[in-house]
Amino acid sequence: MSINNTIQQLSVFLENTEGRLDEVLDILAKNDVNIVALSLADTSDYGMLRMIVSEPQKGRAALKDAGITAMLTDVVALRVPHATGSLSKAMHQIVEGDVNIEYMYAFANGTDAAAVLKSDDPGRVIDILKGSGFDVYSADEAYRANR
Amino acid sequence: MAGVALENWVEQIRDPKIECMSRDEMSALQSERLVKQVKNVYDHVEFYRKKMDDLGVEPGDIKGIEDISKLPFTTKEDLRDHYPFGLLAVPQEQIVRVQGTSGTTGKLTLASYTQRDVDVWGECVARGLTMAGLTSKDRIHICYGYGLFTGGMGLDYGAHALGAMAIPMSAGNTKRQLMCMEDFGATAFACTPSYAVYLAEAAQEAGIVDRLQIKASINGAEPWTDEMRKKIESILHINTFDIYGLCEITGPGVAMDCIHHKGLHVHEDFFYPEILNPVDQTPCADGETGELVFTTLVKEGMPLLRYRTKDLTSIDHTTCECGRTLPRIQKFTGRTDDMKVIRGVNVFPTQVEAALLSMGGGVAPHYLMIVDRENNLDVLTVMVEVDEKYFSDEIRKLDELKSRVAAVLKQALGVSVRVKLVEPKTIQRSEGKAKRVIDNRVL
Repeated sequence: MSINNTIQQLSVFLENTEGRLDEVLDILAKNDVNIVALSLADTSDYGMLRMIVSEPQKGRAALKDAGITAMLTDVVALRVPHATGSLSKAMHQIVEGDVNIEYMYAFANGTDAAAVLKSDDPGRVIDILKGSGFDVYSADEAYRANR
Repeated sequence: MAGVALENWVEQIRDPKIECMSRDEMSALQSERLVKQVKNVYDHVEFYRKKMDDLGVEPGDIKGIEDISKLPFTTKEDLRDHYPFGLLAVPQEQIVRVQGTSGTTGKLTLASYTQRDVDVWGECVARGLTMAGLTSKDRIHICYGYGLFTGGMGLDYGAHALGAMAIPMSAGNTKRQLMCMEDFGATAFACTPSYAVYLAEAAQEAGIVDRLQIKASINGAEPWTDEMRKKIESILHINTFDIYGLCEITGPGVAMDCIHHKGLHVHEDFFYPEILNPVDQTPCADGETGELVFTTLVKEGMPLLRYRTKDLTSIDHTTCECGRTLPRIQKFTGRTDDMKVIRGVNVFPTQVEAALLSMGGGVAPHYLMIVDRENNLDVLTVMVEVDEKYFSDEIRKLDELKSRVAAVLKQALGVSVRVKLVEPKTIQRSEGKAKRVIDNRVL
């Protein structure tokens, strides 16, 4: 079970082979899994595709059936108002709280933006953010963002 | 799921008179057979007559097994040069079967059998199946390929000689293999060790392990490690046995290991083994590693004198705990031609496998070695599958795993290795012989 208020990210290991990304996106499309946000990290050997999708469990199952390695990762989606410096303030609180952020990516969500944060202690990140006046998206809100 | 613990094991021996014969009696039997065989090939095979004449050896010079070193060698190239029927010692109408292997050079190595040769082959495999605790009551699921490759037919003849039920599945279609294994109540199966690992994983994934009645597996045709054995045994709760053979000599069943796993018992009443120094072909003492060389003592169709297998091993003539006096060859440390010389260091694929398994998790024991030459320097890349349990969405963690694998491989091989992580279950599991090495160097 995910920790309260964390959301599930669909993470996919992509071998550097021709058409692999296309294949993954095609499987998700055919299974009616909508991609809300994505980030693609690349290394010399492989890529790591990280996505917020409408139905993470369903997406993972569909990929697994096709022999693609996918996993679900607990992340936090921070609500960032469209105002200069708001992400900086939030990050400052996290640093003060002594938590490491492994990676981050962002997407626009209506009048706000969302910053997806992966840390080794997502529960603590949520406590810190909520305790300093920030809001995080619930799973439902994140999976249905911009719809 | 009915593997038997060693302390509860009851050894069965199919032919105790031969398999537990004293060394003196065995030498006498071998001597008698060798003298007869040498005369036979001199009289009927032009190739051997010429070779012996060139060495100045006459059949009369061979008085016993101790004279074997006077005889000429036979190589795979000799077989190719006389392809397909140039080495027959009987008229072709007496041949009832051919089997072969495709070599890397494309041309087949073909072996011809008389009915007696087929019977001897079946007898050897039946001795091996008995070593694995099997009897006429057993149902043996054979997923070696049936065809020119000796795996399928060899196990089939063995099951037949034993009076067991043979289930001739041949290779491929894992789902169907598991379905038949369960439905027919197979009590043993035979295939390559890499396919056995694959089948075991598939059975586990399908959740059917508890419904299988398998108690033993017979695995051979490619080198495997103790760690692979443990993996198959622990997933399926069975005993596994290592079978060795080559079509030139007869096929699977030339040697097989017993429950004690202290080497593979060679049926030396039929195939006389020598271990020779790979450089100067002088005999190695027991325990010393060298090239395995076989002389077929009773073969009729295509008898071979001192056939160089290119397999590297050592031999032990002491009596085994199972009671057999048949000498034991150790698991192969490699083949003289599988060995890769990388930056001057001898590297065997089995070393990579053992190193990966020694990590105790993180990566699967499936790998592909790719040897390239960049700027006149050999570069070894090893593609390794990440274990699903260790898979992470954090690149840092995958990089740590990669460095760990590289360090373990460097330690084991003595050369530095580029590691490339690939997805679980993407490296091909072979249903015949696994392709472990791709050498792109132009040497």
